[in-house]
Amino acid sequence: MTTNTTVAIEYQHVSKRFKGANYDAVSDVNISINEGEFITILGSSGSGKTTLLKMTNRLYDPDTGKILLFGENINDVDAVLVRRRIGYAIQQVGLLPHMTIAGNIAIVPKLLKWDKNRIETRVHELITLVGLDPDEFLTRYPAQLSGGQQQRVGLARALAVDPKIMLLDEPFGAIDAINRLNLQDELKAIHKSFEDGLRKTFLFVTHDINEALKLGTRVIVMNEGQVCQFDTPENIVKNPADGFVESLIRSCREQEKLWEGLA
Amino acid sequence: MELIRFAQRNYGLLLRALSEHTYIVLVALVLSVLLAGLLTIIAMFFKRVGNVLTYIFSIVYSVPSIALFALMIPVPGMGLGRNTAITVLVLYNQFILLRNFIAGLNGVDHAIIEAATGMGMTRTQIIFKVRVPLSLKPLFVGIRLALVSTIAIAIIAAFIGAGGIGLLITIGLETGNNNRVLWGVILSAGLGIIANGLLVFAEKKIK
Repeated sequence: MTTNTTVAIEYQHVSKRFKGANYDAVSDVNISINEGEFITILGSSGSGKTTLLKMTNRLYDPDTGKILLFGENINDVDAVLVRRRIGYAIQQVGLLPHMTIAGNIAIVPKLLKWDKNRIETRVHELITLVGLDPDEFLTRYPAQLSGGQQQRVGLARALAVDPKIMLLDEPFGAIDAINRLNLQDELKAIHKSFEDGLRKTFLFVTHDINEALKLGTRVIVMNEGQVCQFDTPENIVKNPADGFVESLIRSCREQEKLWEGLA
Repeated sequence: MELIRFAQRNYGLLLRALSEHTYIVLVALVLSVLLAGLLTIIAMFFKRVGNVLTYIFSIVYSVPSIALFALMIPVPGMGLGRNTAITVLVLYNQFILLRNFIAGLNGVDHAIIEAATGMGMTRTQIIFKVRVPLSLKPLFVGIRLALVSTIAIAIIAAFIGAGGIGLLITIGLETGNNNRVLWGVILSAGLGIIANGLLVFAEKKIK
């Protein structure tokens, strides 16, 4: 645990409404996230969790409010530069099929014009970090990898230039249960491994309450564009802030009963 | 038999028609692809410009070729001859190429574009490093369709004095020389089939 409390991400009264909609996708979100935290954003589809995430790297811009990264309003920075400072991984991974795994991981370092040796060293480091053998995988193409392996490469690619902030949009959403549990553990370990050095702030969107409670040092629960609760997993389970959070936890408990009945 | 004898006697004539035709087609195709490529890039940045261009060229495309050739004759700088023919062919190709190019570039998997954007690639980088390499097939199909249609429409260009295979056919028709007409048909069809075949082969080499 850290004692230093630099604020990494701050949302100030952030709202967003999409064209043609008559409700806010994100409505007056007002929270701040400390450096080094692993924040999970939990919500069902349409809750605004992905919209909030995508405003953080300017894939969307808020209608009102401000988003600050380390005190800097991202609206004052060129969107492309904001994105290059932030790691980004999505459920569909989105590896470029015409490039090898090495090429994919090297995309952002190349955009930042790193020299060849530095890129090569970094690519080896990263592929090992996500648990894949460099000799076996670096020269392959994305289509030759399983879904879980592709997502590992997606994570490596997002981590490439050692960003201080990582945005993860349901990265394990399409992965089978067993691989998913492994990936969750490994992601948690990866996040922990930065604790002594360049601490990283993870923002992880999911609709899976177990995943949210397991991974998050704090959890943002969202419903209909609003933040229902932002607290540690323990506090959320102990003191649900409103009816929605309560019903979420109840639904989870009911599933547990199903298991008990079967055992 | 008579057909073969005609060819033996008029060897030079046929060869010249073929080479003139090939020249017109190749120049028109190269210019068409360059222009369409440029317009496509503009269309990728300004969607509405793309829509307007596609609409305008769809109208051009719907004008019968013989009428378009005739229309160009009084235009300053045009008149009769090969350059006017090439201009018309380039205009015709824009609809085929633009539509295929734009559809091809926009057809790239959305998740890939989102990932590329999220990583911090600029729009230009996304076009050239992601969209183009991932849509080589549809881009190539557009070029192949344009080539085949150019070979055919270039026949009509003989009416405005562009020469080529069309000249064999028009003179043949005027003088009632069936051999000439038939050779014109054989050469143009042959040219079309061979060019198409070559490009289909090249297409298969991609991926």
